[in-house]
Parts: sequence; C-alpha cells; structure tokens
Amino acid sequence: MLSTYQYPKYEYVRPPEQSGGGQQRYPVVVVGAGPVGLAAAIELAQSGVPVVVLDDDDTVSVGSRGVCYAKRALEVLDRIGVGQPCVDKGVSWNVGRTFFREQEVYNFNLLPQSDHKRPGMINLQQYYLEEFEVRRAKELPNLDLRFKNKVVSVNAQGAGATLQVETPDGIYTLETDWLVVADGARSGIRRMMNLDIDGKIFKDRFLIADVVMKADFPHERWFWFDPPFHPGQSVLLHRQSDSVYRIDFQLGWDADPEEEKKPEKVIPRIKAMLGDEREFELEWVSVYTFQCRRMNAFTHGHVLFVGDAAHQVSPFGARGANSGIQDTDNLCWKLKLVIEGKAPSSLLDSYSEERVFAADENLMNSTRSTDFITPKSKTSLMFRNATLSLAREHSFARALVNSGRLSVPAILTESSLNTPDSDVFGGDMVPGAPMDDAPMQAQGQDVWLLDNVGRRFMVLLYVKDPAHDSAELLKAFKTLASGPLAPELVLVSQKTGAAPQGIRVLEDRAGRFAERFDAKAGTAYLIRPDQHVAARWRALDTDKVAAALARATCNLP
Amino acid sequence: MALNLSPNFNEPGKRYFHAFTPGDDFYEALIDTHRDLNDEQSAMVNAKLVLLLANHVGDIAVLREAMRIARQDT
Repeated sequence: MLSTYQYPKYEYVRPPEQSGGGQQRYPVVVVGAGPVGLAAAIELAQSGVPVVVLDDDDTVSVGSRGVCYAKRALEVLDRIGVGQPCVDKGVSWNVGRTFFREQEVYNFNLLPQSDHKRPGMINLQQYYLEEFEVRRAKELPNLDLRFKNKVVSVNAQGAGATLQVETPDGIYTLETDWLVVADGARSGIRRMMNLDIDGKIFKDRFLIADVVMKADFPHERWFWFDPPFHPGQSVLLHRQSDSVYRIDFQLGWDADPEEEKKPEKVIPRIKAMLGDEREFELEWVSVYTFQCRRMNAFTHGHVLFVGDAAHQVSPFGARGANSGIQDTDNLCWKLKLVIEGKAPSSLLDSYSEERVFAADENLMNSTRSTDFITPKSKTSLMFRNATLSLAREHSFARALVNSGRLSVPAILTESSLNTPDSDVFGGDMVPGAPMDDAPMQAQGQDVWLLDNVGRRFMVLLYVKDPAHDSAELLKAFKTLASGPLAPELVLVSQKTGAAPQGIRVLEDRAGRFAERFDAKAGTAYLIRPDQHVAARWRALDTDKVAAALARATCNLP
Repeated sequence: MALNLSPNFNEPGKRYFHAFTPGDDFYEALIDTHRDLNDEQSAMVNAKLVLLLANHVGDIAVLREAMRIARQDT
C-alpha cells in the first residue's frame, strides 16, 4: 500500500532505574503516549508538575484512526502548544452533502463561527497530532517520556501506586503518588485492577479505507444513506491532509472482517463509489466494530482514568479523541492543586463527576446518531427513510437527519463546583459553560480571549474605563489574590485606558465579549483554570468571589 | 394557520444550548415508543399516534396539507 507518511521511530533510553539509579517515587506517572496521555503530560509538566510517561511502543498511532478535531480540543491543544501545527497541517472543510439512494437530499455549509480563533472542526490523521505532541513533550525538561516501557502489573493501594515496568533491559519497579491511565479502549491497567466498563456493543461492522486520491477531489464531507453502489448500508467520505480521504463503509454484522479487508474486495467497492475513472491508491484498511460504554467512576483512589480507557463512543460525531482531550483539560488543574496541597483530594471526585456527565452526553449523542444511521428495526428504518424523503423539501426534517452531530463540549450545568446565578444574565455563558472566544486587544495588539485567560483562576471584571481606579475594590482583591489560589484580576473594557499598576486589561473594542457574556459595567466572571465559568455577578464582591473560589476547589468549610 | 414545516420541537422548562438537541430528543422518544414491538404492533401504534396528533392539531385544512405532503413520492 502507498504511504504518504513516514512513521517516526523514537529512541528507547534505558530508564534511570535500570541504570543504577535505584527505585524512585514520582508525583505523577501517565500510562499511554496517545493523543490523550500526551496532552495530560504536557499540561502537567507545563504547569510545573514533573511527569513520567510510559508507553509500550516506540512510534505514533499506526493507521489514521482519529480524524476530526473539534474547536474545544483545538483550544486545549493551543494551550499545550500544539494547536497551531495541527491547524496548519490539518484541513478545514465546510461543505457537507447528504445523499439518500440516488439523490442529494441536502447540503450544509459549516462556515466557521465569526470572531472565534478556531474553526468548528479540522480533519487530521491521528499520527500527526501525536507527532506534534511528542515534539512538544520533548521540549519540556520535567517531562520524562519513556518509549518501550510496558506496564506489566499495577498495585494501587492507599496514596499511590506501584508499577512493574518491562523494557528491553528487563523489569523494574516504579512508584508514583498519582497514576493517570490513558492506555486506550482495551486498557491494560483497567483490566489489571479488575474494574468494569459497562455499556452496549453495536452489532455492526464498518470498513475503513484511507485512500490517496491522484486527482483533485472536492474538499467536502459526503454521507450516503442506502446508496446504489452499497445498497442498504451507509457510506461516509471525508478528507484528511496529504490528499488522503477516509472512506467508511457500513458492512453489517455478518460480514467477514478478514475477507473484507483484502484489497481485491476493497478496491471494487471504492471504484463503484467513485466511478471507474478516478485514480486512487489504498493507504490503510481496517474493519472495526464499536461499543458505547463507560466506567462507573473515572477516579479510583489515586488512579485517574482519561480518554478511551474511561469511556468509548461510536465514531459518529468525533467524540473519542475530542472528549479525551477535554478530560485532561478538566483533570490537570485539579491534580496540580491537590498535589500542591491547595485543594483536598475530593476535588478529583469532581473530575469524575464532571467528565462522567460529559461522557453521558457524548454517549447519548453518538448513540442517537448510530440509531439513525443503522436502524435496528423495520419501523426505525421506515422513520429514517421517511425523514430523509421529507428532508429534500422541508427544513424541519433536515434538522432530524442525524449523520453525526458536531462534537461540542459539555456545558457542566450540574457541577457541584458551580456557584448558581443570583443575578440575571442572558446568553449561554452559564456557570459550568466553557467560555466562548472573542477577539480582543491587549497593549495595542490583536489577541484572542482564550489565549489570554485560564491556567489559573481569574476574575474578569467588565468596566467602563480601566483607568477609573476603585482603590477600595483593588485593595480588597489584593487580599484575595495573596491567598494560596492567587486568582488574577483582569479588567475587560470597550475603552482603552491605563489600568492601575500590575493589572492586565483586555480591550473589547468589537464588543463581542460584552455580547457573548452579557457583560455590563460591573459584571464579574470567575473563571476556572480550564476556562469554564465558575460564577458570575453583576457587581464584584470579594467575599462572594472568595466563597465561589472555595466552592470551585472543594475548599468550603 | 398554515402547516408549519420549520423546526418546531421544544419541551417546556428545558434549556437548549445546541440547535440539534430538541429534534434529537423527539426522535429518540419516537423510536423508544416502538421498542420491543413487532411490525404489526408498531403499525397500530403509528396509526394511533396519527389520530391523537391530528385531533390535537384540529385544523382540518392543516391536516389536509400534511396528508397531501405525506402521500407525495410514495
């Protein structure tokens, strides 16, 4: 098969434990150097927590696997320094076409949301993302990335875990205060700890073919229900970078996976779909089934599960890698505060609580898509086809056509870390919501809001004039800022003006912040390090901020 | 009143953050209604549903328009 990609081979380095260094105890060990494990490790290391990453392989993901990275994941990747290479290498797509039998039912144009730094979605082969993350990880002196280090046993008891790790040099023992498990859907750690993951298996098989198109082909997403070239099933065509296209054929449960993978079987299928005149070559073929399931809790003592190890969804809607990256976004700041003694370990229970909520939303949405795409009864099929027939002419039916919903982050409305609103606000920036982006100016430069908030707790105070000094307020805030959680006060204003010494100002000249956050003079938002809204008020009261901060960190007395 | 052919699903008291959610909520409830029924039972449920909803709509001109569209391309 053709290859557009050279797999890097990362060097195995004998670990210090096997070089006469003796057994060591680490604050955090991450198992699994996939897109999610690496994101967790980079975020922790960047924020000053030393990390060891163990991976049994010495290269990136083989085959393209995850393909779509959505806006929220890109924003998190921006924070760990790999967003830009992903966007540069990835492809943006806007036009999606949906076909039913011979006819196009409708098409949509996913125009990027205006005044947001990142588009709704980019397509990129998973190996590129991992390669960029490895490159970033290697820049961090407190991140120890160990390839060819396979965990063969885990003993998780009390305040940490002891691991037996196998390398080409034999087996060594390693101790850690915290274990982050990112070893994927068939998690070895989860199995070794005898933890269950419950849900349902979908009785269907899908064939993935990544093909390299020799000629120009539209940069669009095409989805077929019951097409003439593959009757009774669905087919998806999606573009990736390097002129590689992902084709996904639904095969049905009775298909023989080994037989279906053979090029002599795959090539005629693709020819029937593209028409004989298009030249292409196969790059990667596999047959998969999938499950929708999650663990009961993602936190087990000092062992923390992230990504596919904790939850799996159907591929419709790109909620695998995207939700895994959001897990790390939620986990890392909490783990850092707990390690530093600034929050009790119960804060990590809120990681499980919030991400189980998000996983359930992802499971619900991907199960709904699956039920629409692969109806399980004659009646379901009838409703599906009726919806598609009506969709050509009627917008209400188009809204019901579900070939996968764009992965959007969960709005954590039920989180125990939120301080409920006591003032009246419009818009969607409710406590628990991930912040919307907005174009801002800082010190005469155009900047993005999301590049300038987060990583620590912040209070964004919307003011008429940043130069208008309210000495009393600033003095009260200084007391709060000198506490262990050290929230930063940032002024947001439509007007340019010199703020008091040491206070940052973000200028909202276009007014997008005011609009999206329903901000008026005096409005204050308490923002978590992961850019979620923790609380908001129409007037800043430092006692209320202190209470909300305590609630958001499980420090309430 | 003309037959409404624009997206129109909602549930009182529920707040939606995404446009696709109310329609998907409805569709899931519809498919769930038929769970574990055989084809004949499902057809009977559908017939009752049409009658219930038709009575709720009430306006026979609107119902005639819906029946006309439903018969097209069959």
